[in-house]
Amino acid sequence: MSDENMIAPELVCPAGTPAALKVAVEAGADAVYCGFQNATNARNFPGLNFTRDELESSVDFAHQQNAKVLLAVNTFPAAGNFDLWKTAVDDAVDLGIDAIIVADIGVAAYAAEKYPEQRLHLSVQAGASSPEAIRYYCQEFNIKRVVLPRILTVEEIAAIHRDIPCEIEAFVFGNIGMMAEGRCSLTNYVTGVSTNMDGVCSPASHVRYEEDDAGQLFSKLGEQTIDCFSCQENAGYPTICKGRYTCDAHEDPYYAFEEPVSLNLSSLLPDLIRAGVTSLKIEGRQRGKAYVGAVIRAYRQAIDDIMAGREPDLTSLIDLTEGHRETQGAFKTKAWR
Amino acid sequence: MTAKITIGPLLFHWPAEKRRDFYFQIADNPHVDTVYLGEVICSKRTPFFIADIDVARQRLEDAGKTVVFSTLSEVTERRDQKDVEKICDIKNNFVEANDSSALLQLAGRSHYIGQLMNVYNENTMEHLHENGAVHFCVPSELPSDALVVLGDKAKELDAALEVQVFGRTSLALSARCYHARAHNRIKANCRFVCGEDHDGMNLTTLSGDTFLTVNGIQTLSYHYLNLIGELKDLQNMGVTHFRLSPHTTDMDVVIQAFHDVLFDKATITEARDCLEGLDIEAPFVNGFFHGQPGLDYVL
Repeated sequence: MSDENMIAPELVCPAGTPAALKVAVEAGADAVYCGFQNATNARNFPGLNFTRDELESSVDFAHQQNAKVLLAVNTFPAAGNFDLWKTAVDDAVDLGIDAIIVADIGVAAYAAEKYPEQRLHLSVQAGASSPEAIRYYCQEFNIKRVVLPRILTVEEIAAIHRDIPCEIEAFVFGNIGMMAEGRCSLTNYVTGVSTNMDGVCSPASHVRYEEDDAGQLFSKLGEQTIDCFSCQENAGYPTICKGRYTCDAHEDPYYAFEEPVSLNLSSLLPDLIRAGVTSLKIEGRQRGKAYVGAVIRAYRQAIDDIMAGREPDLTSLIDLTEGHRETQGAFKTKAWR
Repeated sequence: MTAKITIGPLLFHWPAEKRRDFYFQIADNPHVDTVYLGEVICSKRTPFFIADIDVARQRLEDAGKTVVFSTLSEVTERRDQKDVEKICDIKNNFVEANDSSALLQLAGRSHYIGQLMNVYNENTMEHLHENGAVHFCVPSELPSDALVVLGDKAKELDAALEVQVFGRTSLALSARCYHARAHNRIKANCRFVCGEDHDGMNLTTLSGDTFLTVNGIQTLSYHYLNLIGELKDLQNMGVTHFRLSPHTTDMDVVIQAFHDVLFDKATITEARDCLEGLDIEAPFVNGFFHGQPGLDYVL
């Protein structure tokens, strides 16, 4: 399977907490990504993320193990709140973060102007999906790597690779949001908390489960019912883009956007590597240590197998997907659209 | 600056005749200043829109309207980018960018930034201004305290600031067409089923509440944004342009109501009553402006 067109990709892994960071590095992550405990990153959940002190010692640990630390400062500050994002960028530089992952043009401009030597990656939240968009960010902010939105086929990724001056990072495993990242205000519409500005999608504080007289369990976000489960089913976490609805064309409830499935591109790994993807990213900063460790070990082994010309075995990963169901999302074929 | 009423890009896939009649109607309305033309949702629809766009442009310009061409809001395929480039090639009119894929080509010439781009703060506004942006329509989810800061920055930059004040508002974009999905099709063989729903396709929860409306790859609010009660606040904050998003309801009544409040010809209550008398299926909302869930209606 190995050929000269394949360059070993970097495995970039989620670190929701200092403990998860340690697990990720020990499981074989080449790099980990994390965020501060505030709205400056897109996984701003209670109990997650790093204080400045925690990040400092975590960076030391990772660097001793030859792993890089990337910091997500990838939300969109609402006007008047910009200082918090400035502080995040300043602290990242001060702590020797290997790359800052930015999405907002204002934040990118601040980082690029004040710290021209600091490596910047463009977050998936920027939604840059064409060579022209990516080149704009490269030209303006000297972006070194783009994290591509999960809306492209492998073939399209290969074409983009030929047409941009920076590296590509692609998601290969984990939760799959159905909406173009950075362009979704569904959560804010029903909760008053914004994914873009506050870094929260479907906040647990607004989630409720209500049982009716017939024993059916309704999952709700804010006042809206997202799904309904019989007593035999496991109730899923209510995310608007994975809910069941009816419409004129579907009198029976259906998943109007997507079924609750996880992205798993393990079978496309050689194609992604050949397409010129520099970095393979695993989603899941909100996940526990056991999950993170298991996924990373499986992917580490798979990448090493592929590069050594061996057939990778990723069958164990299905147990870690949402509802034990997986998809290749947009990556395999345009028919997904 | 005198408040200006604008007609945002038509988000829905209307039949050619209906679309043409709509723009002729808008041309004849004396209270409209600026009209945005162009297909912003799906490049598969573009050929239909382009076919008679010049007729609409001519009629609107003859009536003294400013015509701005809007780009697609999402680029996944090469034909999407070609559409963006064709719009950006138009030199006689301003172009409104709805995706960063247009920014390189528009660099160095005066252009607009559309509502579907992420301008959340003064620093972003300033950077885009350096690239040539002179007019910003900002996302609907921005609360009033952020708009105050953006209003000050726009004044400092001598740029125009626009806010959507009426109509279903964009909540999400995707690569997948949910209209096609609802009809067990995919985007490639959609057969333009989105054209059946002139205000979008409503989604209802399992509890019987309707709160979302699908428009191809776009998810809109089911409820209609209505900031008629907030117009004076918006004006005081430095908002210069007030965007009405086209729907099948009687847009002349909508335009009149907003005009009358902006120019003190009617009270908010009178104008709101006019709007509530329209044949609109969904309730009004204004929560985002007040920093509350978008589907709240604060009176």
